[in-house]
Amino acid sequence: MSDLSYVRAEMLPERAPPASQVGFVGWARQNLFNGVGNSILTVLSLIFIWYVVSFLLSWAFSPTWNSASLSECREIFGAESGHHAACWGVINDRWQQLLFGFYPNGSEEGTSDLRWRPILAFLLLFVAVTPVLFNMISRRMNWVLLCAVLGLTSLYLGGALGIVVGLALIAAGAAIGYKALTADKTARAAEIEAGAKRLPNPLIFSAIYPFIAPWLLWGGSLWLPIGAALGFVIGYFVFRFLAPIAGSLVGMIVAVLVALVWWLLLTVGFADLMQSIIPIGLEPVESRDFGGFMLSITIGVVAIACSLPIGIVLALGRQSDLLIVKALCVGFIEFIRGVPLITLLFVASTLLNIFMPPGTNFDIILRVLIMVTLFAAAYMAEVIRGGLAALPRGQYEAADALGLDYWKAQRLIIMPQALKISIPGIVSTFIGVFKDTVLVSIIGLLDPLGLSNAIRADQAWNGVVWELYGFIALLFFIFCFSMSRYSMYLERRLRTDHR
Amino acid sequence: MTTITDPHQGQFRLSMLLYDSRYRSLTIQIVALIGFLMLIGWLLSNTAQNLAELGKEPSFSFMMEPAGYDINQRLLDYNSQDTHLRASFMGLLNTLLVAVMGCITATVLGVIIGVLRLSPNWIISRLSAVYVEGFRNVPVLLWIVFTMAVLIETLPQPSAFRKGEASMSLWDSVAVTNRGIYIPEPLFSRSLGDIHLLGNSSLRFDVSLDLLALLAVLIGGILTSVLIKRRADILQEATGVRPRTWHWRLGVVVVPVVLVLAILGFHLGYPELKGFNFRNGIHLRNSLIALWLALSLYTGAFIAEIVRAGILAVSKGQTEAASALGLRPKRTMSLVILPQALRVIIPPLISNYLNLTKNSSLAIAVGYMDITGTLGGITMNQTGRELETVLLLMLVYLTISLTISAVMNWYNESVKLKER
Repeated sequence: MSDLSYVRAEMLPERAPPASQVGFVGWARQNLFNGVGNSILTVLSLIFIWYVVSFLLSWAFSPTWNSASLSECREIFGAESGHHAACWGVINDRWQQLLFGFYPNGSEEGTSDLRWRPILAFLLLFVAVTPVLFNMISRRMNWVLLCAVLGLTSLYLGGALGIVVGLALIAAGAAIGYKALTADKTARAAEIEAGAKRLPNPLIFSAIYPFIAPWLLWGGSLWLPIGAALGFVIGYFVFRFLAPIAGSLVGMIVAVLVALVWWLLLTVGFADLMQSIIPIGLEPVESRDFGGFMLSITIGVVAIACSLPIGIVLALGRQSDLLIVKALCVGFIEFIRGVPLITLLFVASTLLNIFMPPGTNFDIILRVLIMVTLFAAAYMAEVIRGGLAALPRGQYEAADALGLDYWKAQRLIIMPQALKISIPGIVSTFIGVFKDTVLVSIIGLLDPLGLSNAIRADQAWNGVVWELYGFIALLFFIFCFSMSRYSMYLERRLRTDHR
Repeated sequence: MTTITDPHQGQFRLSMLLYDSRYRSLTIQIVALIGFLMLIGWLLSNTAQNLAELGKEPSFSFMMEPAGYDINQRLLDYNSQDTHLRASFMGLLNTLLVAVMGCITATVLGVIIGVLRLSPNWIISRLSAVYVEGFRNVPVLLWIVFTMAVLIETLPQPSAFRKGEASMSLWDSVAVTNRGIYIPEPLFSRSLGDIHLLGNSSLRFDVSLDLLALLAVLIGGILTSVLIKRRADILQEATGVRPRTWHWRLGVVVVPVVLVLAILGFHLGYPELKGFNFRNGIHLRNSLIALWLALSLYTGAFIAEIVRAGILAVSKGQTEAASALGLRPKRTMSLVILPQALRVIIPPLISNYLNLTKNSSLAIAVGYMDITGTLGGITMNQTGRELETVLLLMLVYLTISLTISAVMNWYNESVKLKER
């Protein structure tokens, strides 16, 4: 037999795929033009995009940045072309107001530019939340960040002392940063294992921040936030002292009572006394000067930060076996969720003073903060309740079987998992709360939207629409969109199951 | 009979209230209740004291006084001599009007965008994503105010129609002006008249007999059509052949309605330019249009995400199983995917309807006279009765919300997977 074969005996070398299947052409054929209907849709949307983009670009690029009024803008368009174009002068004229409201900027006689304070508070906010939000930033880098922010601020404030302190802080930050960048990670880990000295935990600063921020924003005596912080310290020491003697529950109750007494009765006296001995303070700023994005961010951050713990407590109350507690929580949650935020803001603006003892008259921003926090807490409670309900029953039973008491089980077993499940809901509640802060413009606070009404009522800018609202919308979009991206990142980071 | 684990029979001590798990829950609850009652009592006593100082004893009699303000967009007859109650009633109807309109358009928009976002076409799905992210991440109040401003600033004035700079659209039937949109109104030349309900009271309203007749005929037609479908189903079960019925089913709905319209002498009243403004036709004011558009676009973005999530929630195995059974793609969609997706979609959808209804309270920012604008706005400012008006306002919204949630729970129960 000859070695005749009808089948090829060896493999052919692989050939490159046809040009229509790879690269951009292949991708486009697969995704954009795979069928008549799809091709028509693609072409239509391309035309749509072209139309929108070309209009938008020719609208946005207009040399009107320095114009002082809308009529001046119109003159500039008239000279150039007949088409519609943006009048950016309004943003140039008012962006500071849109960001800071009427916070003292030194333009009036006898005042100084205090806007570094909200900026510093905002930057410190980032430093404070970094260790909570991101785990890839090392302890040292966080301190570098803090030193840099504080150093730059004191350099900005100037004066001999400011420059010395600023340079010292920046030098310290640079030294820490240099050490952190040059150190070998594994060697450092071994050192820490062996008991090397570490920098303090940056969460300490995060804990202090809630006392610093209001002081920076509203100013006044430094002793007031210190007094408020002392309440926690006193409560802690009372607990430490009583817990071994009378049991942890009694210790906790007494500690809370002592702290409450301190805050309600003694703090102001303490602050006044210390202020008269050692006066340290910032120039006070009235709430009515707050406005713009500063106001939105203040309300949003406070409501977000306070609503999470309150929401957790409400959700636990709603899930608990205690009938009365459950009824109270359900009533509260359903009531708040059943009414629009605007009615709650009406309560804040007109009724909250009526509910308080005669003679109390507290700040409108504080009243709004209370109502927005309560509103956010009710929504948060429902989100967290969803997380609790989604947890398999076995987790609760396993915690019981390990002999953990209620709070330990919640802290170690239930809450970490329930909160993880509810992250998307929590973050979308956060976004909702931040967006809802614009409602305060209806009760007369000057948030960006309230300011926009004032600007549009101004003779010079009467008739401006797209530029102004576009600017405000863009800023809101940046905040909300980055929050939603962060939630996706957090979901990925906390995903511990196998996929 | 003796129990095996006898409870501890020791003497009752006070500390057992805290440390004995038998009593502790009771202690906590009683403490919570006392705390709550004390808080309420404290608030009430403060309120009573403050109101007494201000000389405003709580009373709702102001609702019966003449309102004295005008409501330009309204569904029923109203004049400024009517009571505050009547004004609030108009406001409530306006709230419901914009809520229903908004829910319908938001659903249509959301479903379309949600499906498009799942499209294999890359550009289309990106465009839908841009829409969703753009609208979701900007406050709804900003959209409302912005839409209002755009309507006022960019649309032509009625005088432009006179000069010929602008013309009416849709075969001269709709006039889009910066004072609102004028659309044709349905008129009946051989009208049956109205029934006046509730006499002369503040809640009086008229029901058009023409509308009732139309509705009756329409419902009758739909019922007949359902009967025909049932009969076709029975025939198909018995013989395996489905009779062609769609023309009958369409006929029994359309023909009687057209007949009734012809008998009643139905015609459209077109808006006409008279003097400085348009007359006749239905005038939809800018405030209504802005609120409706903004709420629909905003809520539509949320609904799009819900629809997308619902469709993605149906596992791929279901589609594959359906095609393994030999169902065609269309039947797969209607018989397998949609019923399961709807179960995921409906609850959040209804909670979005709820949000839309609550967000319609932002009407006050553009001057649309909904319940917040009437009761919580002008009535509150005129009478100075903050406590009563805000309470009533909350009560109204709470009623609407609880009604919608009740419907949602009922629906949820009825479509829940019946398992174990």
